[in-house]
Amino acid sequence: MMSHANESGNTQPAQPLVNIYVGVSAVVLLLMMIVGLVMRLAQGEMLDISPGFFYQLLTVHGAGMVGIAALGSAAIMWYFASRYLDLSRTLFVANLLLFLVGVVMILGSILGGGFAAGWTFLYPLPAKGMGLWGTGAAALFLGGLLLIGTGFLILHLDFARAITRQYGSLGQGLGWPQLFGRDSGEAPPPTVVASTMVTIVNILGITAGAAILVMSLVNLYVPSFTIDPLLAKNLIYFFGHVFINATIYMAIIAVYEILPLYAKRPWKPNKAFLAAWTASTIMVLIVYPHHLLMDFAMPTWMMVMGQVISYTSGLPVLVVTTFGALMLIYRSGMRWDVTSSLLVLSVFGWAAGVIPAIVDATIRVNMVMHNTLWVPGHFHFYLLIGVASMLFGFMHFLGKESVEQEDRWFARWAFWGFMFGSLGFVFMFLYSGANSVPRRFAEHLPQWVPYDQIASAFVAVVVTSVLVFALQFLARLFATRPVALATEVN
Amino acid sequence: MMQETVWLITTVSIATLAAVFVWVITRSRQRAEYKTIQQSGYRWRKRLFVALAAAGIPLMGVTLMKMPYAAATNADAQALHVDAMGYQWYWEISESEAQVGQTVVFRVESADVNHGFGIYDESMRLVAQTQAMPGYTNELVHVFDQPGTYQILCLEYCGVAHHQMKAEFQVLTNQEEGGA
Ligand code: HEM
Ligand SMILES: [Cu+2]
Repeated sequence: MMSHANESGNTQPAQPLVNIYVGVSAVVLLLMMIVGLVMRLAQGEMLDISPGFFYQLLTVHGAGMVGIAALGSAAIMWYFASRYLDLSRTLFVANLLLFLVGVVMILGSILGGGFAAGWTFLYPLPAKGMGLWGTGAAALFLGGLLLIGTGFLILHLDFARAITRQYGSLGQGLGWPQLFGRDSGEAPPPTVVASTMVTIVNILGITAGAAILVMSLVNLYVPSFTIDPLLAKNLIYFFGHVFINATIYMAIIAVYEILPLYAKRPWKPNKAFLAAWTASTIMVLIVYPHHLLMDFAMPTWMMVMGQVISYTSGLPVLVVTTFGALMLIYRSGMRWDVTSSLLVLSVFGWAAGVIPAIVDATIRVNMVMHNTLWVPGHFHFYLLIGVASMLFGFMHFLGKESVEQEDRWFARWAFWGFMFGSLGFVFMFLYSGANSVPRRFAEHLPQWVPYDQIASAFVAVVVTSVLVFALQFLARLFATRPVALATEVN
Repeated sequence: MMQETVWLITTVSIATLAAVFVWVITRSRQRAEYKTIQQSGYRWRKRLFVALAAAGIPLMGVTLMKMPYAAATNADAQALHVDAMGYQWYWEISESEAQVGQTVVFRVESADVNHGFGIYDESMRLVAQTQAMPGYTNELVHVFDQPGTYQILCLEYCGVAHHQMKAEFQVLTNQEEGGA
């Protein structure tokens, strides 16, 4: 039913390139999780590292995870969108290369230069390391982020070009004619709608990010060039919020495309679906003040908007995607394997993670929850149990010869390990946050240490499970050169 | 207390959502026609939407009624004004004590990078906070309802000794004031 868009002789399979993206993502995710484990062990006093090294690890983990979540999610988006859009392979490769160069710079800055200002590089901290790191290390980190951002900007511009060419405009990519006019049943497929949304928000987000990165770089070398710290904060959180949220909107495409194969039912872009995505496009851009609720100097209307939009932005997610996924599998004769299980878990992770996030976006709650472990609690919920599950589900799907192929016992065990380990780990963050344990503390008070130790045990289970996922995928890549799945949505 | 309420609401909501997932998953191996499921599904979705809006809008109204922002301008004349300045990595606080029930206006600022001014009670529970920023003064109004030794912790990452950036603040009962 859905005809292929690429009539321009774009016949090579997209899979080898996507495999490389996903292979890199799996390895980096695993490494960053081990870094996470080390931080948990250090807070739990089971491992002795210096505070300086802890904060370097925190910076590596934050930057590395956000970057790799974006890279892996972009692979999902590109893989499926290339069925409908004529995308440039060259630019897809260019993004990966820029990413890898950026990673090398960031690693050099942190591990070589001692940089530890956090992945949010909150102005003016990069310039004020107090001897722990120098100007060169800070510049290397900011430069690395700038390169990675540039790569993604190029990729998104290519999407903008391809969507405009295929559908006429970005508005049509979002299905506006069908949303605001008569629903002709010819709206773009969910993958294109999601890709259009991500294209719009990430182009704006990355541009703001690039602006503050460049200003911060200038400030490093010309200290008389200063930036208003509150403006810097706004730009950084606008960029950071949009960029990390876009990973969910890219990775969710795996759910839209793969779950229907297991349920043998189509995921159709009806009016509610289109309305939800258009609403999300706007809301993800204006919701970021919920990161600034404790900056009392901000205009009050922005704070109120931060709370109100946080509440409403949960609705499209819960009501459309979660409900859609549940309806798709209800009495469908669903085939359950590791792929479909991970994808359903990911929808749960996203929807459930939104709950503590919305609670925390309530101004009065934020007063006693902001910058406690409640915050990593909610974002690990939808990034680990949400986005990472989507990535692993997609990875598992890529590695299979067919949807019907049976899973090995260790993969099934890894799924359960991943699920229960992640839930335990995330709930320990939330519980610690409810007990006022601050986030980003290299050392915890004695009464908090038991929480850290329990969390570490859960993390060990997660890391083992992810090791199984990653090894299995890499083994399949190198051993059998899997046949590209010739699966179509309809 | 706020934290207990928040924990309860969150865990109950997540458990409810998990129960819905489990319920659907246990029925996923059966088969029925998608059309009929969609018809009743969309009806339920509409109800869910209305229910969430009906619960969410009043909740939003109630929680937005008492915002911490303009509080300083409304503070009474007897309020105690306390200047707090954050430095890498220590606090300079103009007063070291207040009384139970007294309105305290903390005027929080930073001399270098971003810090966070977090007030912890004796059981290490966070009771209030605001950001400490260079170039801006954030006014945090708080009325202590328990006497004791409170701790000020830094709640915005500010470099290698961030977790050691602490100060103490005494809250006395009215009787203590005369004697001490
Ligand atoms: C086994 C999995 C993981 C473990 C053990 C882990 C552990 C941690 C720890 C211990 C922290 C610092 C918490 C603190 O403030 O004290 C942290 C922060 C963070 N994590 Fe993870 N994490 C995991 C997975 C992920 C994933 C999958 C993502 C994103 C896709 C992620 C993104 C982040 C970010 C953005 C931060 C904030 C860094 C900062 O505060 O600057 N993590 N994580
Ligand atoms: Cu600090």
